[in-house]
Amino acid sequence: MDINIKVGGEAGFGIMASGLLLIRTFSRGGLRAITTNDYPSLIRGGHNVILVRVADHEIFATDNHVDLLIALNRETVDLHKDEVSKGAAILFDGESFQVQPGDFTKPVNLFPVPLMKLAKEHGGDVLMRNTVALGATLALVDFDIKYLESVVKDQFGRKGDEVVQKNNQLAQSGFDYIKKNFPQGFNKKFTVSAAQTKKQMVLTCSEALGLGAIAAGMKFFAAYPMTPINGLLYYLAGVAEKTGFVYKQPEDEIAAINMAIGASFAGVRSMVATSGGGFSLMVEGTSLAGMLEQPVVIIFGQRPGPATGLPTWTTQSDLHFVLNAGQGEFPRLVLAPGDVEEAFDLTAEAFNLAEKYQTPTFVLVDKYLCESYFSVDLATLAEKKVSIERGKLVSEAEQIKEVEFPRYQLTDDGISPRPIPGRKGGVFRANSDEHDKWGYSIEDGPLTKKMIEKRMKKMAMVEQEVPAPTLFGVKDAQHTLVGWGSTKGPVLEVMRQLTEQGQGELVNYLHLNWINPFPSIHVRELLSDAKHIIDIEGNHNSQMIDWIQVKTGIKITDRINKYDGRPFFPSEIIEAIKKYS
Amino acid sequence: MSTIADFKTAFMPNWCPGCGDFGIWGALKNALLEKGWGPADFCTVYGIGCHGHMVNFLKSYAIETLHGRPIAVAQGIRLANHKLPVIIVAGDGDTFGEGTNHLVHIARRNVQATMIVHDNQVYGLTTGQTAPTAQKGFKTKSTPAGVLEEAINPVAIALAAGATFVARGFAGDIPGLAKLIVQGFNHPGFAFIDVLQPCVTFNHVNTYQWYREHIYPLDSSHDVTSRAKAFEKALEWGPKVPTGVFYKIEKPTYEAQTPQLNEVPLVEQDLPPKNLQTLMEKFV
Repeated sequence: MDINIKVGGEAGFGIMASGLLLIRTFSRGGLRAITTNDYPSLIRGGHNVILVRVADHEIFATDNHVDLLIALNRETVDLHKDEVSKGAAILFDGESFQVQPGDFTKPVNLFPVPLMKLAKEHGGDVLMRNTVALGATLALVDFDIKYLESVVKDQFGRKGDEVVQKNNQLAQSGFDYIKKNFPQGFNKKFTVSAAQTKKQMVLTCSEALGLGAIAAGMKFFAAYPMTPINGLLYYLAGVAEKTGFVYKQPEDEIAAINMAIGASFAGVRSMVATSGGGFSLMVEGTSLAGMLEQPVVIIFGQRPGPATGLPTWTTQSDLHFVLNAGQGEFPRLVLAPGDVEEAFDLTAEAFNLAEKYQTPTFVLVDKYLCESYFSVDLATLAEKKVSIERGKLVSEAEQIKEVEFPRYQLTDDGISPRPIPGRKGGVFRANSDEHDKWGYSIEDGPLTKKMIEKRMKKMAMVEQEVPAPTLFGVKDAQHTLVGWGSTKGPVLEVMRQLTEQGQGELVNYLHLNWINPFPSIHVRELLSDAKHIIDIEGNHNSQMIDWIQVKTGIKITDRINKYDGRPFFPSEIIEAIKKYS
Repeated sequence: MSTIADFKTAFMPNWCPGCGDFGIWGALKNALLEKGWGPADFCTVYGIGCHGHMVNFLKSYAIETLHGRPIAVAQGIRLANHKLPVIIVAGDGDTFGEGTNHLVHIARRNVQATMIVHDNQVYGLTTGQTAPTAQKGFKTKSTPAGVLEEAINPVAIALAAGATFVARGFAGDIPGLAKLIVQGFNHPGFAFIDVLQPCVTFNHVNTYQWYREHIYPLDSSHDVTSRAKAFEKALEWGPKVPTGVFYKIEKPTYEAQTPQLNEVPLVEQDLPPKNLQTLMEKFV
């Protein structure tokens, strides 16, 4: 059983906060939930929407139909009336605006609740009507209000008991109003058994990226504010002092990456985060890190471009950009997590790769992953053992044996032992000019050739440690979808729904999250066995098709694309697949 | 005790004979000796320009960055290891062309570093185009009819941005410049030193002789704690040009105001942190 709940209203109505309270409440009660948000690039005014999908089974994505619409203004009804499913519940403030069954194309159940009046009667103001609506929502689906009370206590506890009590009273008033006036409630209900309530985290992939970086021992983080990486920025800024790393907001992204390179040179694990526009400013720095052979982790949160584009929406259109960013030839490692767990794992992995191969390493995500909330078992992350591999970072004892340390020593694997400054000897220089093994500038042809070969040898080395990609679903499905990054959730949801309908043989999914190095051999094998391949990407040009062709020689022709700033919805993927059936 | 030979590398400078870079190089080495630092006691961060070649002629921990970026890199080093003294060696293009934004921000942050700007008013390495510090009317390959803009005033910019130590030296006065650099080393905060430097190949106006005729040292009557007086002096460019310390005050550094940077620099702290489980529990 699952329900899609949409909360809509004017920006500033607390829409996002309501969605977060809902997902936390349901998760605490043992249900699985995901929220996605839509909002314009504005602070006040404009229409805000948050979609909460909640289920008593595993879910992988939200969908674009609405079973329960919480309309905090009339505009919400007008904008979303076509999304509501048959028999949907419409919760709204009947004293503020009118809603008729005829407003909708399908039959619906109207639940007018005097939200503002109840808010005022219970000591709140009109801005707290959403809290009343949350209580009413829980009553409609028969969910125990104690879970909301515990979430409110955690959320508002810092503001004092009075605030907590007031919020709980408001929620209770909405809850009681429904129980009294609509005792039958909504036709979908959740019952919670104690056995279901194992500890779940509710977090975004931004926060999972942050936790992955912390687990990997990141000590320096620089990021200039930009959607969609602000969630990561706020999280890391908030825990920096107590965790013991430095977050620096620099003057621009150019400074961000150069600071991170400086910190890396000085011996700490360092990271930057940005989106396409900001990364454009980091491109020369990426090349610098490639030449200096300085590890640095770059979190890249995609949003639609070109230029300012759609600042608060999602895309997967910067794959080629990161694969080719920066002048010259050097290894650029790119990982693309598809969910919370991968965001944690691959961020930690990125730090190991960056240090082992001494080269810039990307974690490519997008607005959908960065700003959607997911419920995940605490144990999934808490029981992980993150290994920290610092590669050829030399000990102080080793370094100070040399008066002058050969920073760019030519080795069989192309990776040179890496000293750090501030020790008592073994001085060395990192040099953005082409250099000899000591780091002194050179212009000599044969040595230049050797140095380029040395850096590119690292690419050959890292290719040896690419894990096989996961093929989800049955082996010989009718169609093999190929995707990367955030497409994972919607496609797995499609497969879950198809399996539920007895059509599990229709589709399997090849998920690519190591982009460079690329699992060429595995992909070639898997795709050679596939009956029919469809590439699926949140962009116009199917950029992965080109990359797969470069890496495997296989040219995929059938494709599903979406580039309207919205994430993929399972129902539209099913429709698109069926066109090929 | 280190000696001048400790800083020697296998390479001799490839600067033009008579280049002001020699004077700055010499003064820096003298200042390092005076301070008692050996090659492993500090880190030099270079920009790109003729000055940047010094990475090959001065043995020390060093990093040659990109044009305009040494300031940003230096701050990353300081935050990772705030026990390591950092010297930024940059050109006028680095500092006032591509890197002006970084200068303004390191000054207001007061990150501890000594910055030595090679100010010769031309781009020497790219064979003589105008620099942002070139005087109005100055003719170069890129400004054949003469520069139309007013010259950047390095000292005034550093003052306006909030630098806590602002000085101007002259590459033709090695002992005087060495003294300024030592004061920079000893300054607890961001120390900015603009160094007037002849480019014997591309600047035939601001020659050694021109500087010797025009510069004069600020004397003890100048109040270095007064920002207003420092501005007044900074605006003097002709008939006479003042050199020396314009401004010097003490303010808490960025590092000192960052509680994570305590006795143990980040680079020596254990990883990962011990509170990971607690951080995860917060999301439940």
